[in-house]
Amino acid sequence: MKILVCITHVPDTTSKIAFTDSNTKFDKNGVQFIIGPYDDYALARAVELKEQTGGTITVLNVGEAETEPTIRKALAIGADDAIRVNAVPIDSFYVANQIAAVAKEGAYDLILMGRESIDFNGGQVHGMVGELLGIPSVSPVMTLDLDGNTAKVSREIEGGKEFLEIDLPFVAGCQEPIAEWKIPNMRGIMSARSKPLTVKEPVNDETRTTLVEYELPPAKTGVKMIDADSINELVNLLKNEAKVI
Amino acid sequence: MAALVFVETDEKKAKKSSLEAVSYGLAAKGSATAIVFGELAEGQIEAIGKAGATKVLHVSDSAYVQPSIMSYASAMAEAYTSEGADLLVLAKSSLGDSIAARASIKLNASLVSNVAELPDTSNGFKVKRSIYTGKAFAMTEVSAKDIVLTIKKNAVPVKEDGAAPAVEIFSPAAVDGDARVKVLSQEKATGDVLLPEADIVVSGGRGLKGPENWNLIEDLAKTLGAATGCSKPVSDMDWRPHHEHVGQTGIKVAPSLYIAVGISGAIQHLAGVNSSKYILVVNKDPEAPFFKAADYGIVGDAFEVLPKLTEALKAEMS
Repeated sequence: MKILVCITHVPDTTSKIAFTDSNTKFDKNGVQFIIGPYDDYALARAVELKEQTGGTITVLNVGEAETEPTIRKALAIGADDAIRVNAVPIDSFYVANQIAAVAKEGAYDLILMGRESIDFNGGQVHGMVGELLGIPSVSPVMTLDLDGNTAKVSREIEGGKEFLEIDLPFVAGCQEPIAEWKIPNMRGIMSARSKPLTVKEPVNDETRTTLVEYELPPAKTGVKMIDADSINELVNLLKNEAKVI
Repeated sequence: MAALVFVETDEKKAKKSSLEAVSYGLAAKGSATAIVFGELAEGQIEAIGKAGATKVLHVSDSAYVQPSIMSYASAMAEAYTSEGADLLVLAKSSLGDSIAARASIKLNASLVSNVAELPDTSNGFKVKRSIYTGKAFAMTEVSAKDIVLTIKKNAVPVKEDGAAPAVEIFSPAAVDGDARVKVLSQEKATGDVLLPEADIVVSGGRGLKGPENWNLIEDLAKTLGAATGCSKPVSDMDWRPHHEHVGQTGIKVAPSLYIAVGISGAIQHLAGVNSSKYILVVNKDPEAPFFKAADYGIVGDAFEVLPKLTEALKAEMS
């Protein structure tokens, strides 16, 4: 079993979001970068599947040299080797092309990633990679179990779940509760330093979207506190001020 | 030129988010054709027409009753080409997102997700999309001639005065490989308001003390015609199912009113609710961080405030 896990290098969920250069650049000042939380679930499930069936896990990131600490963390969690495509991840189409090229070369049985990145939230890359490779894609995947060359998968739908059966290979966009996040142990951290990390140059420079400008939403104007004994005042505000009931 | 719009159904009815997508397609392109799959309840074709579609392509073949990312994406790409469309619009959903990605590759199209407003077409085609889990927006320009958009809830209001549409039965060609994903079954609550679709959401947190007290949340939700949600700890402890978990790693909601009861307001929870128009927070801890993100707040015990609020709303609405 050869598993490819694609990870994003994204600002921690508690980061303050700010922009510089007339709102055209994300302000990285003081921001801690992490493995995307959804990608972390995908990686954790890959480690569990490897424990069950054997095989190898390759972790892949499209990013510049600054993402290597994030990649090393994925190696510490349990990936065997890593590939970094040395490029700025300009848009989903660009990233999907890089992943598809790596996937073609490596002939993976399973390609896992998060359901979406937490910076751009597009949730596009898994579907694009599937289509580029001509193999199925499913998302958001909540459980994934293997039985030989077939996988039993459940994906979240609005108000419930859907149960699927898919032959390998395929691409899955993962989310909780597919696995519990894994915290690297000391042995993992030590061994990660010597695991192979290959740097590849990008294969195709086509993009299909351009980011023109960032914008922050208007700030909340402040909370109106209502006394617990004045429920009618709250009802009045909801009806006549907010006009939501 | 024309927009092709995917109308997703729930219990044989067009979802409200999809009707918004129809109105979006019409406003963006001046003409909208809808594509809808499976059996429809009475009056649904008319509802799609009212929202702005002049034509409805109805895929009634039994092979398409069960939603499928693969075959729906193929069908949509085929319809897009045969209709001569230059924009494909889908409401953001677990199905719509995945279809949009595959269709964009089939069509060599630019794809923009989570679009929050109508496009700016004064110079090229630019749309504003929501990023950083609702904490910012990005004005994005597309470069391909063909465009696929997934739109966020409340991007446009639903138009209500469209004429009855022409209906055509559409029979997509089967595509090799699409059947590699077999849908075995679905497990779904029926009759409930779907969380991502709801105009009002009532969510409970650990402050409710246990699943046995959820009737307080449900009574308030029922009174308001609202969906019910919960915080991550509540879903992790299995008090409530995962599809009710609102937050960074759960469902992101965008209702007109979000009511949070007994939820402290961790930043991961706020990331799922920051697109709400109004937020009401009920918490017995006056220092709960959620109050800082709220429009209205009540410091009080959920077990006292909830029944009083439900009664007062019942009286107001009767």
